Amino acid sequence: MAILTYREALNRAMVEEMEKDPLIYLMGEEVGHYQGAYKVSQGMLTKFGEERVIDTPISENGFAGIGVGSAMVGLRPIIEFMTWNFSLVAIDQIINSAAKINYMSGGQFPMPIVFRGAGGVGGRLGAQHSQAFESWYAHCPGLKVVCPATPKDAYGLLKSSIRDNNPTIFIESEVLYGSKGEVPEQEYTIPLGLGEIKRKGTDITLVTWSRALVFAEEAAAILEKEGISVEIVDLRSLRPLDENLIYESVKKTNRAVVVEEGWPVAGFGAQIAYLIQKNAFAYLDHPVERVTQLDVPMSYAANLERMSLPNATRVADTIREMLQ
Amino acid sequence: MVSSVPKDSQSVSELKEFYRQMVLIRKFEEAAAKAYSVGKIGGFLHLYIGQEAVGVGAIASLTPKDYIVSTYRDHGHALARGLNPKPLMAELFGKATGISKGNGGSMHFFDRNAHFMGGHGIVGGHISLAAGIAFASKYKKEDSVTICFFGEGAANIGSFHEGLNLAAIWKLPVVFICENNHYAMGTPEYRALAVKDVSVRAYAYDMARDHIEGDEVRKVRDHVQVAVERARRGEGPTLIEVSTYRFRGHSMSDPAKYRTKEELDAYKKKDPLMRARHELELGGIKEEELDKMDLEIQTQIDEAYEYAETSPEPPLSQLHKYVYAEDK
Ligand SMILES: Cc1ncc(C[n+]2csc(CCOP(=O)(O)OP(=O)(O)O)c2C)c(N)n1
Repeated sequence: MAILTYREALNRAMVEEMEKDPLIYLMGEEVGHYQGAYKVSQGMLTKFGEERVIDTPISENGFAGIGVGSAMVGLRPIIEFMTWNFSLVAIDQIINSAAKINYMSGGQFPMPIVFRGAGGVGGRLGAQHSQAFESWYAHCPGLKVVCPATPKDAYGLLKSSIRDNNPTIFIESEVLYGSKGEVPEQEYTIPLGLGEIKRKGTDITLVTWSRALVFAEEAAAILEKEGISVEIVDLRSLRPLDENLIYESVKKTNRAVVVEEGWPVAGFGAQIAYLIQKNAFAYLDHPVERVTQLDVPMSYAANLERMSLPNATRVADTIREMLQ
Repeated sequence: MVSSVPKDSQSVSELKEFYRQMVLIRKFEEAAAKAYSVGKIGGFLHLYIGQEAVGVGAIASLTPKDYIVSTYRDHGHALARGLNPKPLMAELFGKATGISKGNGGSMHFFDRNAHFMGGHGIVGGHISLAAGIAFASKYKKEDSVTICFFGEGAANIGSFHEGLNLAAIWKLPVVFICENNHYAMGTPEYRALAVKDVSVRAYAYDMARDHIEGDEVRKVRDHVQVAVERARRGEGPTLIEVSTYRFRGHSMSDPAKYRTKEELDAYKKKDPLMRARHELELGGIKEEELDKMDLEIQTQIDEAYEYAETSPEPPLSQLHKYVYAEDK
């Protein structure tokens, strides 16, 4: 096992896939000469040249469309959004083109494209640069939505996303780029739609993904000292969704909390809460709760940001209340 | 009408073929309008009637390996590409035999084999898709050219500017064809375009440009051909504005009250079909021969209509199919 950072794991996945398949290219702002705004594509320009590691002007709608068009005729683009905040000016291409062309053509055009880049909240970046958008994309059939939390998962899931013949929204956690973890030396993939129990427990199920896993793990550690045993389900991908993994856990613990970085209203956690009450109602001893970012744009002020973000304390408090 | 008489037998037979295609489009759409008015076709139905010479002329400059990207006004482009009217009509009727298996409808004809890369419904969104298809041709070192049709209304949206800029900096083999029919729904061009001539926007991207009238089918072909060859030589994209007119409203639900009868009548005098017919007669083709041709096409359309009507609806099991690509 090697210890890699989350960003190195992503880099390794892209490099290995591009070495194997000349139809794969990487495109985005600053992915080439600048070595990636977050250095995820470090060294790739030298390795693959300007024809396959392509710097674009600031033109999200335009290069997202280039990616989709090129995927229609067999290329396998990886489109990097510098951050997902800027994907909103390309959302037309993602939803109206990428997600739907196969469907509305009666299955004639598979869409092997990965949209990836930095997402998530925090870091005093203010309202326009500190947002979690996975719920927006998970809303739309035709897309796959992947949100890895560890270097190991980032590597295996990115490889699967690149090999998939469908448009994948691959949201990386900006805050986790430098985080380290064990990554097997040998090549492997993780199927999309397969969650993982990141921690076993008996008293309550925490359902989470991406960086919110960190809050969940911190909370679990705090509660362990108080004799509360927390099970953590890391979904890893929201579409497809590993529903059974959630239900199996809830059947054991009889309680569930969803922890996410996004806003609460119409957020993905609401969907999970619905699914649990629909499919595991008989096992519930308490309504499903959610810990999310608060229902406001992100403030720059340190204290207000802190208040707005989900965190381990809020997760632990919620769980204590549920167990009373 | 200044008539250009076809000079030799080759140009006569070429013009005859163009005429056949234009009549096919006209009659296809007249039949579609009829079906729409009796409720056999749902949704939006945007007709191409009046603009036929643009699609037919432009697409005639392509080879089968080239690509076409269209808008929601895609019937004419699909027929000019040589697609069979039967699956096209069946698509309008929402049938399983439709070109997009009934999932697309009027605005979303797709035919992978014919390199017909779809009718797209978001104004201008397809312009960068076309650039992307051309990008793939260049990437794969294939010498295919992509042509992309859109209206003058689309020239005001961000996708147009982003698509053209990217195509220009990367010298992509794509020809952008603005079919300026002078109205975006009810908005006349003078209320939407700060500079009336769309083609001059090419200067902003250091791109080749052209501007032509769209009622003379061979002229459209000749001009587009120059751009297609330029693209094929690797010399980059061209923006061509073709001035044309739709005789009907924006869609079937639009009575087009925003324009005068005089204006419409003036354009109808420049009907590209009449023009081609007139030129064929000057080239020695007898009226009876042309009438016979019209009749044959009518029969073909009647058959397509019948085919569409009698085809089955898609199976309900299709609802969840194609949301994701089928695994190999
Ligand atoms: C982004 C977007 N905005 C608005 C519409 C609604 N709409 C459909 S067609 C149209 C007019 C477009 O005119 P033009 O581009 O000139 O093409 P034409 O219909 O004349 O062929 C409008 C406003 C749309 N489909 N997409």
